[in-house]
Amino acid sequence: MSSKSQDVAALISQKYRHGFVTDIESDSLPPGLDEGVVAAISLKKREPRFLLDWRLQAFRHWKTLREPDWAHVHYTPIDYQDISYYSAPRAPVDAPKSLDEVDPKLLATYAKLGIPLHERARLAGVAVDAVFDSVSVATTFKDKLAKAGVIFCSFSDAVLNHPELVERYLGTVVPAGDNFFAALNSAVFSDGSFVFVPPGVRCPMELSTYFRINAAKTGQFERTLIVAAEGASVSYLEGCTAPMRDENQLHAAVVELVALDDAQIKYSTVQNWYPGDENGVGGIYNFVTKRGECRGRNSKISWTQVETGSAITWKYPSCVLKGDNSVGEFYSVAVTNHYQQADTGTKMIHIGRNTKSTIVSKGISAGHAENSYRGLVKILPSADGARNFTQCDSLLMGGLCAAHTFPYMEVRNPSATVEHEASTSKIGEDQLFYCLQRGLSAEDAVNMIVSGFCKVVFKELPMEFAVEAQNLLSVSLEGAVG
Amino acid sequence: MSGNMNLLDISQLSARVAGKNILNGIDLQVRAGEVHAIMGPNGSGKSTLAQVLAGRADYEVTGGTVRFDGRDLLALAPEERARAGLFLGFQYPVEIPGVNNVYLLKAALNAKRRAAGEPEFDAYEFLALIKQKMKFMQMSEAFLTRGVNEGFSGGEKKRNEILQMLVLEPKLAILDETDSGLDIDALKIVSKGVNSLRDASRAVILVTHYQRLLDYIVPDQVHVLVGGRILKSGDKALALELEHRGYDWLQEKVA
Repeated sequence: MSSKSQDVAALISQKYRHGFVTDIESDSLPPGLDEGVVAAISLKKREPRFLLDWRLQAFRHWKTLREPDWAHVHYTPIDYQDISYYSAPRAPVDAPKSLDEVDPKLLATYAKLGIPLHERARLAGVAVDAVFDSVSVATTFKDKLAKAGVIFCSFSDAVLNHPELVERYLGTVVPAGDNFFAALNSAVFSDGSFVFVPPGVRCPMELSTYFRINAAKTGQFERTLIVAAEGASVSYLEGCTAPMRDENQLHAAVVELVALDDAQIKYSTVQNWYPGDENGVGGIYNFVTKRGECRGRNSKISWTQVETGSAITWKYPSCVLKGDNSVGEFYSVAVTNHYQQADTGTKMIHIGRNTKSTIVSKGISAGHAENSYRGLVKILPSADGARNFTQCDSLLMGGLCAAHTFPYMEVRNPSATVEHEASTSKIGEDQLFYCLQRGLSAEDAVNMIVSGFCKVVFKELPMEFAVEAQNLLSVSLEGAVG
Repeated sequence: MSGNMNLLDISQLSARVAGKNILNGIDLQVRAGEVHAIMGPNGSGKSTLAQVLAGRADYEVTGGTVRFDGRDLLALAPEERARAGLFLGFQYPVEIPGVNNVYLLKAALNAKRRAAGEPEFDAYEFLALIKQKMKFMQMSEAFLTRGVNEGFSGGEKKRNEILQMLVLEPKLAILDETDSGLDIDALKIVSKGVNSLRDASRAVILVTHYQRLLDYIVPDQVHVLVGGRILKSGDKALALELEHRGYDWLQEKVA
């Protein structure tokens, strides 16, 4: 390995000497992954030394790890040497030049979701500057946030402008070597979002990647870090209800949340990556590590997710409840249709006293899909008076799909209270016929029944999201019955 | 339409469920303005007849014809039958958790109005309508926001069926054992609901085990269904006779 390290050192000095920065915009690295590639990424992003060291450490650890195979999903092995780990933010060469070049099926979906016209072009990845006409809107929001003292920027900007905050919090919730995909992400992450809400500040608006409209495409190894200082609160919306055009098959993101004393973070996701076609061809592998730490007393972290996309989803947004009286919540709707596979759930780790967690998971399967809930509730000896309530419901549509529930519980404190409720139901022929007999179409009937099933989770979403999520659900399940 | 014309005309209707023949040649004519009661022992095919008329998919029609309001009923999808004015009051109304009772009903009414080329009701118009009907059915407004039949008692579910019927104003209502599980007060309210819908342009088919219901909703004709066939038809007196003598004498007569 020593020769590799020398290569790295050489690479660093060499590139700096030649003013490597100038050709960042157009450059892509060839496929393959070694320490040189990790260093090159760091260099291109002009990162401080601590971050390069951190990446390299993660990479070395990653090489000792084996890709996990315990999830209830099946896919052909990924060749990690066949991926390009850095490409220019946009590839205008193969991006469509106008909406006319975009897959009409995709456009039809946008129309059904009610996405505004100018938004559709952006989502479809059209390489035209005109699609950024909402940049001024974004700027207005930035001013408002700056006034409140909230830092909200791309991860790269945070590294350059607030390195001390990044160094202080990065990897403190999801360590660089946490798991195979997190380690990979730590080594090669391209960009992502950074949020810091200072003490006592209630963030004046919902933060969303939506407002980071002119930011570069963050790519397949996204990294997000959100810190709410003492008494601060923030609500963050990730993603978009429209299917995103994307060439990358593997997505291995990491999201870290830190809530200090009396702080609250609400993190909502609507994930609609390309799920592959009706026959299970193509589609994104979404292998994500999301974790929040209620580090301070009386803090609260709440995850709400609506997952309808990706060929394979593998994610467990978790809460580490360290501070006394802290609260963790997980509300999830995971929809799988056709040949999609989802293995998703949460972990609630109770460490502090009187910590409380709530898990509500709704899985919907249709077609040939496999949908698994996997959840861990762990109560450590220190967590006197800890409480958990878990509810897992599965809804099956048609006879070819499957739902699985894997609840794990480790309770090491006798004063804890843990409740678990689970149900599996078929979308009743009875329910469907009842609605048809009242004059509803099969499609409307299914939408209505499914929305009812998911209602408790949708209630947790910010309002503007809830409506879109409901539309999204009906699009995702189109043709699932009848 | 004319009061003398058949609203429903069933001819030699046969059907099976899971490979088993249940209906074996039903003949039944119902004219607008009439109330018919269908009685018979358990397993005689009463509920199957109701489900077949409503178009349930797992009931296979093996023979015969059904005309409804001048149309070939069997050629229509279940939702088209509903929009054409056929209503089935279910024996066991299903629960649909999380779906507002009022939301389902509004969607149902508007689906029907759309099909008829009538303007849809908006939320305010609909609310006014349903509140008036609920008052008539002596139901509390809490029903509006509860999930469809979710956590309703047996009696509440049946009352809810009648409420739906009153809102949808069907041409033909088939009520499948709507009276079972009702106490006497609920039975009176349900009967009041059904009677309020009776007029020269509509018809009602009551599927029931008990003559008690027929004290409140007086039928024009009573039919006895045994072994998937109508063995005997008569007026209300037949129901009283059945109550005294049971069904065995009819089956013996056939044998």
